[in-house]
Amino acid sequence: MTTTKTIETAAGPAQPMVLNMGPQHPSTHGVLRVVLELDGEIVLSAKPDIGYLHTGIEKSCESKTYSQCITLTDRIDYLSPLSNNLGFCLAAEKLIGIEVPKRAQYIRVLLTELTRISSHLVWLGTHAIDLGAMTVFLYSFREREEIMKIYEYVSGQRMMTSYFRIGGLALEPPPDWLDRVRRVVDAMPAHIDEYETLLTENRIWMARTIGVGKLDAKQAIGLGVSGPLLRASGVPYDIRKMFPYSSYDEFDFEIKTATGGDCYARYQVRVAEMRESLKIIKQAMAKIEPTGPFRAEVQGIIPPSREEMKTSIEGLIYHFKIFTEGFAPPPGEVYQSIESPRGELGIFMASDGSAKPYRVHFRAPSFVNLQSLPALCVGRLIADVVACIGTTDIVLGEVDR
Amino acid sequence: MESQEIAKSPAVAKLQAWDKTAVAEVLEFRGETTVVVPANRIQAVAEFLAGDSALCFTYLADLTVVDRFPIEPRFEMNYQLLSIEKALKVRLRVKLGGADPSIQSVTGIWPTANWHEREVFDLFGIRFQGHPDLRRILMPEEWEGHPLRKDYPVEGFR
Repeated sequence: MTTTKTIETAAGPAQPMVLNMGPQHPSTHGVLRVVLELDGEIVLSAKPDIGYLHTGIEKSCESKTYSQCITLTDRIDYLSPLSNNLGFCLAAEKLIGIEVPKRAQYIRVLLTELTRISSHLVWLGTHAIDLGAMTVFLYSFREREEIMKIYEYVSGQRMMTSYFRIGGLALEPPPDWLDRVRRVVDAMPAHIDEYETLLTENRIWMARTIGVGKLDAKQAIGLGVSGPLLRASGVPYDIRKMFPYSSYDEFDFEIKTATGGDCYARYQVRVAEMRESLKIIKQAMAKIEPTGPFRAEVQGIIPPSREEMKTSIEGLIYHFKIFTEGFAPPPGEVYQSIESPRGELGIFMASDGSAKPYRVHFRAPSFVNLQSLPALCVGRLIADVVACIGTTDIVLGEVDR
Repeated sequence: MESQEIAKSPAVAKLQAWDKTAVAEVLEFRGETTVVVPANRIQAVAEFLAGDSALCFTYLADLTVVDRFPIEPRFEMNYQLLSIEKALKVRLRVKLGGADPSIQSVTGIWPTANWHEREVFDLFGIRFQGHPDLRRILMPEEWEGHPLRKDYPVEGFR
């Protein structure tokens, strides 16, 4: 790769060094390639090169029925699969015009907030280990294990849960699942305190993150970043508050912001968000009734229950029609955005009146946030590139789809 | 899609007051407002919406294209705008024909459009005039064809 820049060195004008970082690299958090131009250790330019994990999910969705697409959504942001499921289901429900029962909405909120905690735990562990703090990684993955055990208990799957369906949930959760959630939620605050003890006033951590990757509010909005990146620059934009979905307006929680706009501020915001998520989960546990509907009932669109399918002829016919032909939403387009752990996850869904979506586009927060990488690390040292990639909390499955 | 309604969205009302020719059609569906804008007015409309102090649409959330092949105009571009200050959302739609589709870039107004437009160029083949770095982003640089077009098979070419 050639460059036309020249830099001044003691031996006269010279070309900067072009260094390739990735796509195979422990600190790029996936298959990300960053082409760095360096003057010694100072980064002159950083160009992300993506597409190594592009699997054509949006194209595949066009040849599957709406229900079949849900399993694809897990793989987009694979660290918060339930968030993706939620976004897709909400978009489809908006398109068709289905009202999800409150009980299912509360369960969705609970699981989505658990997902937020799980995703932030991975972020914290990997960001810390990139900068040398290895203990945090081991601790945070231990907690994440407990959360994945809950997913397995509820949906049968540790990671790619596909637990939400159009109209509600796939299955009724086991009767004592809230006891397990309660155990995790009661133990969590002490664990978060542990991580804070290790990092928050740690001089090395502060030296590696304070002032690194600064982004001011105007830049952040112009670059379209969202989520903790935007909130750490002082912009209080949280979709759960501004355009509430899935009954989030019934929950009491705060939008956490910071003013530093640097890696340390984003760390503070995400840790505070984990604590807010615990608050929401406790409220959801109180709201969920032990018995009740877990999915809406709309004949012709939502499959009947197994008993109904086995005992009534209408149930059998509708089951057959829905799983062979699929159901057809009215033609139109919707854009549903949710607050995923990484930022604004938007699902644009266009229907032409047939059983398969005509176009599904996933506005991935990591794709847009990664665009801010040059703004974060140009002019800084090469070691700060690692901190900046970590702070953007990207998941390549989302970036590339 | 629902039929044209009197614009309830403040963005639409201000747009129509500013320049009636900038608004070709207004659509409302499931509580979302879509304004169809002629292709040659997109930059002016974008500047107006981003700069207006009562609207402040300074955030471009998403840029998506729907390929309606074989119906012409083939490409429907959807700009999803957000005003954080006023908590408003609006969608701008531009229709482009399939023969050498090209439109003005909005990277000057919303820097985030840089990668969105690259993705649209890569997967649909729409060119953006004035884009600082228009090249493929997801597919390899030597790839031929635009995979998300409807006439590109989902299984690819062998």
